[in-house]
Amino acid sequence: MGGLSLLSLVYVALSYAAAAIFVGGLMRKLWGYAVTPNPLCIPTTPSPATKGGVVARLALNIVAFADLFKGNRWTWIGGYAFHVILIAVTVRHLRLFIYPVPPLLAEIQPLALLIAMLLPLPLVYLLARRKMVDRYAWISSPADYGVLILILLIALSGLGLKFVSHSDLVGIKHFLLGLLMFSPVDMPAHPAFIIHLTLVLMLAVYFPYSKLVHAGGVFFSPTRMMVDDPRERRHINPWAAK
Amino acid sequence: MAKADFEIPDIKNGVSVPAVKPGAMAHVKYHPASEAHLTKLGFPAKRVDNWKEVALAKMNELMGKYKSLSLFLDVCVKCGACADKCHYYLGTGDPNNMPVARQELMRKVYRKNFTLGGKLFGGLARAEDLTEEVLREWMAYFHQCSQCRRCSVFCPFGIDTAEISMAAREIMDSIGIGQKYTLEIIAKVHDTGNNLGIPKDALIGTLEFLEEDVKETTGVDVKFPLDQKGAEVMLIVPSADFFSSPHVDSLVGYAKVFHAAGISYTFSSHASEFANFGMFIGSYDNTKKIATRIADAGRDLGVKRIVVGECGHAYRVAYSFWNTLAGPFDYLDKNHSVPTHVCEFTDELLRRNALKLDKSANDEFTVTYHDSCNVARASRMGTEPGGQFEIPRNILKAVCNKYVEMDPEANREKTFCCGGGGGLLSDELLEVRVKGAAPKVSALKEVMDNQGVNTMAMICAICKAQFTKVLPYYDIPMEAVAGVHQLVSNAIQLGDK
Repeated sequence: MGGLSLLSLVYVALSYAAAAIFVGGLMRKLWGYAVTPNPLCIPTTPSPATKGGVVARLALNIVAFADLFKGNRWTWIGGYAFHVILIAVTVRHLRLFIYPVPPLLAEIQPLALLIAMLLPLPLVYLLARRKMVDRYAWISSPADYGVLILILLIALSGLGLKFVSHSDLVGIKHFLLGLLMFSPVDMPAHPAFIIHLTLVLMLAVYFPYSKLVHAGGVFFSPTRMMVDDPRERRHINPWAAK
Repeated sequence: MAKADFEIPDIKNGVSVPAVKPGAMAHVKYHPASEAHLTKLGFPAKRVDNWKEVALAKMNELMGKYKSLSLFLDVCVKCGACADKCHYYLGTGDPNNMPVARQELMRKVYRKNFTLGGKLFGGLARAEDLTEEVLREWMAYFHQCSQCRRCSVFCPFGIDTAEISMAAREIMDSIGIGQKYTLEIIAKVHDTGNNLGIPKDALIGTLEFLEEDVKETTGVDVKFPLDQKGAEVMLIVPSADFFSSPHVDSLVGYAKVFHAAGISYTFSSHASEFANFGMFIGSYDNTKKIATRIADAGRDLGVKRIVVGECGHAYRVAYSFWNTLAGPFDYLDKNHSVPTHVCEFTDELLRRNALKLDKSANDEFTVTYHDSCNVARASRMGTEPGGQFEIPRNILKAVCNKYVEMDPEANREKTFCCGGGGGLLSDELLEVRVKGAAPKVSALKEVMDNQGVNTMAMICAICKAQFTKVLPYYDIPMEAVAGVHQLVSNAIQLGDK
């Protein structure tokens, strides 16, 4: 790592630390869910009586947010739009982490950009929703607003990099690939990029210790993941087995 | 209309989502359990000195034992999809009766004591210690949850507030703070085999009386056998069926169905209770003990099948938990479900055309069906998902000429709780019960006003007791409440099979 500027040194260290906390923290959380037993069979019924049925329902819930759709259409619109746009944002960023960029990924970039640009809209909508409906205002804590604002700032700084204060894209890609390959190089000393990266690192560190673990936790929910077959197949409680 | 010293929700134009009224139900207090009952169930006799430490240790233990609890405390994004789904919120406007807010009562303590963020930035994350004030909130609002699971239907992560409220009650019991109603009943069932504390002699007397009564009205010798070894079926019913009205009319219905089917059955004096209040307080040990008593009774009587009566939460325990808690039921005939719901039993007879029915016997009734929460959202009948909705309806349509559906947004998987489930069926909680019943009563009122319904059939002893009590507050006669097998009883033709 000889020859790195002080700024780069600091951000290389911060990036690795944040990545370690993100991956380590998330793995620890999910591992915890995986090994914690379900003493009793508790699917919310009516519920599929086969594993295949459970997987199909989970897929529908992941792809379409089916349960939320049932729960509240207005929240569904905002939440669903937000998550779909996140996919586009991911596609936009993948090209910075892969070299060479696969043709398909390159081809869908214009479309992904068109969608990714919209990210602030659902965020503002979700923020307003929390403020304007008395029930949501009551349940919302500073942390609930905070994480929306954090992601909004990330989105705005990212859009700034694209449309206002053009950054050295090649330099950014070099820097990111260097991080990935564990042979770091200097980062572009571009203020908008530094802000963007800093905010992203904050989000990464916050992720495993917050409600954002829902992203992985959704795969473990016993009311959705357990098969409704307690009469047909004896469910054994691991901690009560004698 | 029954009088109350609190405001009855106005349901003239249905029930709409109320504005948030903080603290509206904070004053509600349940009666505390006695030292004797706490001790009997394995809890400290009174609040322990180091209650906070003990409570947090218990919470930690439960998070390690229940995936539901550990996951649900983490993954809520507070989207608010559940916020307008709880009948207690809809009936009271108290924000702590929004499922998410009810969960937050535990989550804030979890954050403060078990998460880094909560420890570092308490206020921003709304982390809070388990103070005397928070404990008071737990006592109030975890006893304004009937564990009906309606919120979990709409949650994108399937978070079930029932899991949280059960854990909260177990934590409170573990520090020596218990609710009289549930603990007293569990103590009774351990002692006498039923929730009412009915001794065997009284049970014999009641069953003899019923035999005579049915003989008098039908001229047929319908048996109500007790402890009859070698019977084909052991019938387990909620003890309310022996003594309460309209419950007992369904009991007569079960007996007539067995008579008509020509299948021998027996009640058990050792296990004369289907209800299992152990679940309400989240106590694995007590739930298991009650379930095991029933399994033992069946083994001793040498029966081949267990059929269970009309009781919602008990059917959840039986359907979902018995096999785990008291299984395997090796001694029973493998060709039948363990347990078999009496509606499954009757439905099968109907399919085989084995029952002779005179539907016109129910012509004075225009009937609707109320899906009880634990049957609807925590169990199944038959082999297909949703059989728990279809089978009781099939029966009703077979025994009544006039059947009407309520609004599906308030029934089936989205059914509103009667307002008295989960250990809340106690007089001092009447205000919670009456207000919490508003959404369901509103759905009932709609079909009464528009389609001439005068009878709501159901298959839950708690629902029956609750509606009988609260409907008069809404100017609906308690006679509108009926059991499904009560209507079967009216229509069934005995004698020459």
